Amino acid sequence: MSDLTPEELERWQETTLQKAVSKSPERQPSFETTSHIELKNIFTPLDAGAADYMPDIGFPGEFPFTRGVQPTMYRGRFWTMRQYAGFATAEETNQRYKYLLAQGQTGLSVAFDLPTQIGYDSDHPLSDGEVGKVGVAIDSLKDMEILFDGIPMDKVSTSMTINSTAAILLAMYIAVAEKQGVKSDLLQGTIQNDVLKEYSARGTYIFPPQESMRVVTDIFAFCKNNIPKWNSISVSGYHMREAGCTAVQEVAFTLADGIAYLDAAMKVGLDVDSIASRIAFFFCCHNNFLEEVAKFRAARRLWAKIMKERFHAKKDSSCMLRFHTQTAGCTLTAQQFENNVVRVALQAMAAVLGGTQSLHTNSRDEAYALPTEGSVKIALRTQQIIAHESGVADMTDPLGGSYAVEALTNEIEKKSVEYIRKIDEMGGAIKAIAAGYIQKEIADSAYQYQKDIESKKQIIVGINQFQTEEAPLKDVLRIKPEVEEYQKQKLARVKAERNNEKVKETLAALKKAAQGSDNVIPLILEAVKAYATLGEISDTLREVFGEYTQQ
Amino acid sequence: MARTIRVLIAKPGLDGHDRGAKVIARALRDAGMEVIYTGIRQTPEQIVSAAIQEGVDIVGLSILSGAHNRLFPKVVKLLREKGAGDILVFGGGIIPVDDIPGLKEAGIKEIFLPGASTEDIIQYIRDIVPA
Repeated sequence: MSDLTPEELERWQETTLQKAVSKSPERQPSFETTSHIELKNIFTPLDAGAADYMPDIGFPGEFPFTRGVQPTMYRGRFWTMRQYAGFATAEETNQRYKYLLAQGQTGLSVAFDLPTQIGYDSDHPLSDGEVGKVGVAIDSLKDMEILFDGIPMDKVSTSMTINSTAAILLAMYIAVAEKQGVKSDLLQGTIQNDVLKEYSARGTYIFPPQESMRVVTDIFAFCKNNIPKWNSISVSGYHMREAGCTAVQEVAFTLADGIAYLDAAMKVGLDVDSIASRIAFFFCCHNNFLEEVAKFRAARRLWAKIMKERFHAKKDSSCMLRFHTQTAGCTLTAQQFENNVVRVALQAMAAVLGGTQSLHTNSRDEAYALPTEGSVKIALRTQQIIAHESGVADMTDPLGGSYAVEALTNEIEKKSVEYIRKIDEMGGAIKAIAAGYIQKEIADSAYQYQKDIESKKQIIVGINQFQTEEAPLKDVLRIKPEVEEYQKQKLARVKAERNNEKVKETLAALKKAAQGSDNVIPLILEAVKAYATLGEISDTLREVFGEYTQQ
Repeated sequence: MARTIRVLIAKPGLDGHDRGAKVIARALRDAGMEVIYTGIRQTPEQIVSAAIQEGVDIVGLSILSGAHNRLFPKVVKLLREKGAGDILVFGGGIIPVDDIPGLKEAGIKEIFLPGASTEDIIQYIRDIVPA
């Protein structure tokens, strides 16, 4: 194919290149990506040649999907522009959703507050100070009815960042849709439902890992039979990356978690091809542009191989790694905060060139607080500019065939395979997390990154170079303290108006199922419809499953 | 030789973002301090009892959920109630600048925002903790 020989490359290195370097040396003795992949001066067909075109790169829409999961990608339809949003009460968040949809956003993404994520009602002592802070507070079906009021649930797809209490929020979503007259088999969306990364990075666990995995597999089975278009899990590398891991570690730890979920599903007798196509993924997009593009391509190829070789998936759709991307929150700076618009644009562009299915772009003011409406608008407009103006969406995988990107794709895949092998040897992701291995790897990388910034090995504009004196941003979104009281009163009203006998009955039935082996999701749905609260349902499961405490 | 400074790094509230807390705990340790890290999801009561039990000089609170106005002052108040008001408290995280005066009034000695270097925090602790 290529007429480049190693001798020819060597000649260039020893003559033309050497002459230039000896006259004026390069900026650094060596260059590497954040995953410590060494970068050569140039990559050539000799590097990219490690991949064979047909088996390794191939065509979009065909195994191993390196170039994209759909044949037409963004020539058919742009990615879903999906801003993660939620704060204060269901009433206020409902207004923000309507605003975002009016601005041309194409899907919803719900952020819940921490009590909702950890299974406490707004009136629980541990909810003190947290109600409505990082997301919307949902205590009962009543709140969910308000949240989706006037939003056509048969048309909008909804992603919910919810894990330990995913079953409860999913049940509420189904119940509200029913009230809107929308049948559950029409519902489209995703629940995150990825508890493993809660132990390794994100922290909203409730139950011990084995019990959590039981709920996860109950959800898989329930979704398969009742809401076939719903993604029953979004295996997430995002939070591990935000906690500090590298691009390679993000791919490896995420796919290792994916393997653990499939292992659990196989163990309870689910057929791989009946659930695999509803498994979605969620990645971060960080600063190092080409490494990030390559990361997405490598993840797609590696997952396809894992599905075929390890799980013997028969359907092509089972081998497709479909993913959501969010730009990297940890790269946002409080200093010269407007520069964040540029960082986000570059990261978003890399996600698009990497073939993401949906995208959240962060807002410029998020190193201070949740974003204002004005900041969110710029973030959304950034995606629209990439889609409509930049031209990158008019070809599929336009960086495919770049010697550098193909070489990086190969290298990221190779290094991820090594990590996954190590995790396999420990007995899989659940054991690796129990041993603290993944947490330690993440913490080590985070510390190294901080040291690199402080030693100026890594320059961050406005942080360790190009600093300016400036007044800090003051106009930020504030959650009123009254939200907590308002939410408590609403909860008290729900408890006063509902049929408490019915609540008791449904919770008793749920407890019985949890103690046995019946699928708990239909019983959670019954409890939700009786207006049992999120806290009551979680407590019922806590009694049976126990609680996890960090080691 | 100067005695070793003892620090408790704590995560109050329900927030699981512990990257900053862990990085700072490690940097302080590397700087020769004795550091106890509480792990996530600690109540102010748990933090205060750990601080007293471990006999620390200073407590660093990290929070990114926005619950700082409620939880930071509570830690200071409980320390004073338990007769441990001499234990200093500082904090960091995603904290709007307008909240800082109120937090300082409540007894939080210093607030570090994103972008603060571990060097600055190490120096700050060395300066403020009595020898």
